[in-house]
Amino acid sequence: MATRQGQALGRLAVAPAVAALAAWSIVPLALAIYYAFLHYQLDNPDNTFFAGWSNFYYFVTDPFFAKDLFNTVALVLLVLAITIAGGVLLAILLDRPMWGQGIVRVMVISPFFIMPTVSALVWKNLMMHPVYGFFAHVWRAFGLTPVDWFASIPLLSVGIIVGWQWLPFATLILLTALQSLDLEQKDAAQMDGAGTVDFFRHITLPHLMRPITVVILIETIFLLNVFAEIKVTSVGGLAGNLTYLVFSQLNDANDVGEAAAGGLIAVVLANLVSAFLVRIVGRNLEA
Amino acid sequence: MARRESLAKKSAWTLVAWAIGFVMFFPIFWTGIAAFKSEADAYSLPRTWLTSPWTLENFAIVQARSNYLQYVFNTTVIAVLSTLLGLAFAIPAAWGMAFQPETKPSVNLSGKAWALILLFFFAVTAAIALSVGWRMTDNPLLGLALILLFGLPIAAWVWTRRTGDKLLWMLSTKMMPPAGALIPIYLIFNRNGLVFRQWGGVDLGDWNLIDTFAGMVPLMMLLNLPIVIWMLYTYFKEIPFEILEAARMDGAGLWQELSKVLAPMAVPGIASTLLLNVILSWNEAFWTLNLTNKNAAPLSFFISEYSSPEGQFWAKLSAASLMAIAPIMVLGWFSQRQLVRGLTFGAVK
Amino acid sequence: MGSIQLKGVRKDFGTVAVIKGVDLDIKDGEFVVFVGPSGCGKSTLLRLIAGLEDATGGQVLIDGKDVTEVGPSERGLAMVFQSYALYPHMSVRKNIAFPLMMAKTPKDQIDAKVAKAAATLNLGDYLDRRPGQLSGGQRQRVAIGRAIVRDPTAFLFDEPLSNLDAALRVQMRVEIGELHGQLKKTMIYVTHDQVEAMTMADKIVVLDKGAVAQVGSPLTLYNKPDNLFVARFIGSPTMNVLSGAAAAKRGAASIGVRPEHVDVSTTAGEWKAKVRLAEHLGSDTFVHADVEGAGQMTVRREGEAALHAGDTIYLTPQEPRVHRFDAAGLRVA
Ligand SMILES: Nc1ncnc2c1ncn2[C@@H]1O[C@H](COP(=O)(O)OP(=O)(O)OP(=O)(O)O)[C@@H](O)[C@H]1O
Ligand SMILES: [Mg+2]
Repeated sequence: MATRQGQALGRLAVAPAVAALAAWSIVPLALAIYYAFLHYQLDNPDNTFFAGWSNFYYFVTDPFFAKDLFNTVALVLLVLAITIAGGVLLAILLDRPMWGQGIVRVMVISPFFIMPTVSALVWKNLMMHPVYGFFAHVWRAFGLTPVDWFASIPLLSVGIIVGWQWLPFATLILLTALQSLDLEQKDAAQMDGAGTVDFFRHITLPHLMRPITVVILIETIFLLNVFAEIKVTSVGGLAGNLTYLVFSQLNDANDVGEAAAGGLIAVVLANLVSAFLVRIVGRNLEA
Repeated sequence: MARRESLAKKSAWTLVAWAIGFVMFFPIFWTGIAAFKSEADAYSLPRTWLTSPWTLENFAIVQARSNYLQYVFNTTVIAVLSTLLGLAFAIPAAWGMAFQPETKPSVNLSGKAWALILLFFFAVTAAIALSVGWRMTDNPLLGLALILLFGLPIAAWVWTRRTGDKLLWMLSTKMMPPAGALIPIYLIFNRNGLVFRQWGGVDLGDWNLIDTFAGMVPLMMLLNLPIVIWMLYTYFKEIPFEILEAARMDGAGLWQELSKVLAPMAVPGIASTLLLNVILSWNEAFWTLNLTNKNAAPLSFFISEYSSPEGQFWAKLSAASLMAIAPIMVLGWFSQRQLVRGLTFGAVK
Repeated sequence: MGSIQLKGVRKDFGTVAVIKGVDLDIKDGEFVVFVGPSGCGKSTLLRLIAGLEDATGGQVLIDGKDVTEVGPSERGLAMVFQSYALYPHMSVRKNIAFPLMMAKTPKDQIDAKVAKAAATLNLGDYLDRRPGQLSGGQRQRVAIGRAIVRDPTAFLFDEPLSNLDAALRVQMRVEIGELHGQLKKTMIYVTHDQVEAMTMADKIVVLDKGAVAQVGSPLTLYNKPDNLFVARFIGSPTMNVLSGAAAAKRGAASIGVRPEHVDVSTTAGEWKAKVRLAEHLGSDTFVHADVEGAGQMTVRREGEAALHAGDTIYLTPQEPRVHRFDAAGLRVA
């Protein structure tokens, strides 16, 4: 396949995409670094001056920072726990022979296609409203006092919504992986006298390890950036994350410098995670 | 399964699965019902959903109050145009990497040489900053320097890497958290951001990309470009190169090879990619909430308007939500497999 | 009309020299077979002729014209790939017609030529099927049909039969041979199956690690191998090669004698040997024996020889059939 002409053409064909992505990945980063060292407020742009590290200092010592950093990590872990545990169970369930498998599958994966603003508002109102919400009715039916979800356990509430959206993703990927577990292996294990539990421990789970890793990494990248769910449920003050904090620095405080500094901290955090993902996908690419 | 599951067992599994499926689907189901109820009934839904009357008025109200169709139009324009634009970049790139792979870097410079080149560019940037002043607002040259002097060497470096490294780098650009890019993009888009108010002698005082298609379409394209390229790449990889060579031997020129042989074989892959990209941009809700508010605002923004409502609004919220999610949910049902492939960068097929 | 010359053709992949300067002269109408062990560069050489790879050095000439810089679509050659490389989205009819469409042949002529090719290859009933709905042998025929319709200067085949089962392989081998008889076109055929090579070729090119080891007619290679590599590669079972006293006696560093050129006696002969294993094929018996002081030898006896493991036998090479090689492995005249 190696003709000089073909190689040259191939290289040329890749160039526009490389240029576009290089611009996309570098220009904002370079500008963010630039702004992070300026004292620059949108409502008073004339009073702009070089600010050294002070933006980073103020962002990190902001009383919200520690809390929001904690929330960021907690939200990621919470949703990962929900989606991985639930995803494994659902995938195994859906892999069983049953009637109407296609319909069940569609019902299970549907939440993934709901836009974040819709799922946030539907959950906040129709499901979790402390008086009229569905859960409130259920609680009362059992003689319990309804929970005021977003007031008393805001982070968990956001976690449930986001978990509901991402559970289908984990399920779908793990199910796809399960279905590639070949039948002969299942038969062989049965011949060897493996029970259901043994089979799960020694065959299914090891087989799912790699897809689970992939799910964890990809979800983490998206979950670090949860935003719409927090904004439209108006819990930014109680259960905001780093992304939300950067947004509010810009939107509420009009502080470009500090927001840029916060953004850079988010970049560092995301890169720690992505380094792992790139390595895993890369290993897959060689194979 | 070698052994047939017994009927009882199968029935039990079916029951459990349907129950769990229904629980997962319940919020959507509930929204679907509330959308057809009066506001008052929507608030007592758990008790009255079977008995209270059905109505279509919510849909009319939603359309009348906030011009729903306009938002559908905006969403569609952004999703479709960004997807087409993305394919225009991604198809050649995926073709090049799948069929003309490079197993070693085309330019071989040592790490030291690259470091020196980078150092040189940093030094030039610093020199410009020192001589013209560090305020980009006064000195557009600095902005230009930042863009060119940082962007070009990186692009050149990537461009000369072997194909596997190119692909991984493209993947890594997807990791850029929006929070990090928010400030620069906001300022580049915004006339008050002053990045582009004056460039050299040219007055760009009217520069404003906030809430425009001209801003949102390329942005959405770039957001999803890595996924689109990867997905196409994995599809192209499955087409045997020998078939393209056979076309060459049969006397087909490059254009005929691409249009008569490759294109028909690639259509299913391109269609799946297109579908996934439409879904992703339809549901995007970080940039749309931050950078649009009216003219180019899509459905995700439209729905977010219901977060600070007055009076009773659940039925209207449900009607609006239903209209916003229905089309894409149906598309999604048809693209489950492609979704797995696209979102896992080919790691799970 | 269909002569092909290679002059010092070289091909490097990166720093690895895969084709190391090949000179070759192929006459119009000749059936030439490239053989050699896996990885020796047969496919690469064929693809260099096709124009699917750029030569790193040297020239490719077709009918005396230098085509080294000409793309594959303009060389006027047709190729049949190992994987068949049929267009999966086109019917058999379209597949066969594709080269004609590329050449802008008028529609009625296309139909006529496709019909003729289909008749030649017994494909008439399958013309409206997709390649995915055909058996391996039928796909193979479609690939050949696609090659013959447009009347190419020469045909290139890269291991076209290796994906077929044994019976079909024999049948297709005969069909391709007949096709060559009908069309009288130059054909270059890559294989690692020496039966195909010996039966089909006018001329065999034996390749070893990217260089030509010997070029000649099948019987020349069999009777007068230029070197040990060719001697060992051509012929089945493999030629016995002995060094030491037996070779020194004949004035060579090593000698070779084919299994079918060794006489067996139970009483007397040049070498005393013990039978390790006798393979009875019915038509032949292959005797594997340990020769005292010379290692193992294989002997081929026609018919059912009454020999069994543990028997002591005496072996004598047929003197005119003994090949002598010098220390560098080259034939000593
Ligand atoms: N694109 C390539 N890049 C690098 N090396 C290659 C490439 N194509 C072939 N080679 C190497 O060139 C050598 C010759 O390959 P070639 O395919 O011509 O062998 P072959 O004789 O056809 O073998 P086989 O009988 O297995 O088909 C091999 O060692 C192979 O690894
Ligand atoms: Mg080969």
